[in-house]
Amino acid sequence: MTVDVLQLDLLTSRYNYYAVVLLLGIGLYMLIESPNLVKKVIGMNIFQTGIFLFFITLAYRTGANPPVVTKGGGPYVSPLPHVLILTAIVVGVSLTAVALALIVRIYSEYGTLDEDTLEELYYD
Amino acid sequence: MIEHLPVLLVVVPIIGGAVPLVASLYTDRAGWPIAVLTMAGHATLVGLLAEQVWSDGVVSYAVGGFALPYGIELVVDGLSLSVVALISAISLGVLAYARHAGPHENTFYSQFLLLVTGLTGMTVTGDVFNLYVFLEITGLAAYGLVASGRAASAAVAALKYLIIGTVGASLYLLGVGYALAATGTLNMADMSAKLATVGYDSTLVLTAFGLMVGGLTVKVALFPLHTWQPDAYANSPDSVSAFISALVSTVSAYALARLLFSVFTVNFLTAVPAARWALIAVASVSIVAGSALAVAQSNVQRMLAYSSVSQFGLVIVGFTIATPIAVVGATVHLVGHAVMKGGLFAASGIIERETGADTVGGYAGMGSRTPIAAGAFTVLALGMVGVPPAIGFVGKWYILVGAVEAEIWPVVAVVLLSTLLTLAYFARLGERLYFAEPTIREEAAVADGGESVSTGMLAVVVIAAILAVALTAAVPAVEQLLNETLPLLIQ
Repeated sequence: MTVDVLQLDLLTSRYNYYAVVLLLGIGLYMLIESPNLVKKVIGMNIFQTGIFLFFITLAYRTGANPPVVTKGGGPYVSPLPHVLILTAIVVGVSLTAVALALIVRIYSEYGTLDEDTLEELYYD
Repeated sequence: MIEHLPVLLVVVPIIGGAVPLVASLYTDRAGWPIAVLTMAGHATLVGLLAEQVWSDGVVSYAVGGFALPYGIELVVDGLSLSVVALISAISLGVLAYARHAGPHENTFYSQFLLLVTGLTGMTVTGDVFNLYVFLEITGLAAYGLVASGRAASAAVAALKYLIIGTVGASLYLLGVGYALAATGTLNMADMSAKLATVGYDSTLVLTAFGLMVGGLTVKVALFPLHTWQPDAYANSPDSVSAFISALVSTVSAYALARLLFSVFTVNFLTAVPAARWALIAVASVSIVAGSALAVAQSNVQRMLAYSSVSQFGLVIVGFTIATPIAVVGATVHLVGHAVMKGGLFAASGIIERETGADTVGGYAGMGSRTPIAAGAFTVLALGMVGVPPAIGFVGKWYILVGAVEAEIWPVVAVVLLSTLLTLAYFARLGERLYFAEPTIREEAAVADGGESVSTGMLAVVVIAAILAVALTAAVPAVEQLLNETLPLLIQ
């Protein structure tokens, strides 16, 4: 029975990873399934947020201090994933900006944001 | 100064890329000279680095002076040097083409230099997260360049490219997370040593491999993740499609090879045969499906794009077989394909400008109307099929010999079949060009097109055709270079 208890412990203590999986799933589903271009971009953002949360969760250590040296001794949480994600957020913002700029142009040319309508106009 | 060469290779184009934007305050035609100056500087740096690599073997550089393996490392060895030289040469060729063909705006040249930055960075970096950043810089610049086409469809193609490309890069980033969790490091050399200690069959390592390689195959555009590619190539301006088709997938395939040999190493491929077979299977399907789709196209540029799907399948198969001869073949085909495909897109652009023909049917009888472009197109197409003595023959031949030596018979069959299919779609075009009655009347073409072609544009296409044959002479040098830099291959 100890095995069961352990797994239950795993299930209740790793809830961050549920959030990661949920965000990745919801994001990817929106990205593929939503016919609205803006919602696709939102889905893309949610997908990336899932990845960010995954990295931040990696850095966590139970009972550790923030990685600021003046705050007393270690152990510290790993600062590296935070820095990586800071960079990845910048990349994500740039991508969103470019995507939205393209959507503005598509809307002014075709007058629609619906993927299916666009498909018909596009292949004419 | 001389010890900072690797980082200058990335810094020079990024600074050069900012200058046209500032210059826009005064004039909108300053982009071209600035880009030429920057790329001349880039080429000089590559030359100086080549000298260093030739004498020292591998040049390593710690960015910002942070101690390795904690800081970001830039590594230039024989393989990355060849790819950087390719980037430099093709960029200069595209600039010669774009001087007349356009786009002429400063913003185009800013994005152009940003793309060079991203591609160079991807090639010289020795850090898996840094590779992600450069992958996204490359992506962002490429999306912008595709959207610079005048037609409204260019924006749709660019958005499609952006969404699929971002998913690919994000999967790669997720894979980096798993690899970081498994090893605690981001430096490629350090990670490769630690992966061996963690154990290649660990779930974390396997997931990292799947996600990182899966993400990069989106960027390489292997079937079935290639869907962004035909639209992006066919809707962008000719200069852009020549540039992107020659370099973006090429450098992504190089990054995949770097991951296979420098991070996971061939020991991983032998320890986890399932991973190796999966990659060989995806690439083989890509070879056949890409060729079959290319045969079905009526638009020439879309046909060339689907042909890339197939050729990159071939390159990845060569890398994954991982015997010395197959890897030499894959590298030769990687470089050869870049020159030939860039040249084919440039030639198709000229043919469209001179005659208005952009479909297989429209090419009928155009051989006499644009003799130089059509001649170069035919030479490049035959090179792509693999007619000796073109470089396309050597690459395919080495990959084939590698597959036979490794006794992977399905791959042998696929490579031979794909050569036949490649012949099928290019021979059809050659036949139309020279032996069919024109379907487009000359007056109609002049009234419809009327866009002029410069000597520079023709020169670029002719040089590409000459290189497609002449590069064969450089194969022994590549072979020697690779034997020195990648000694750890499946024997």
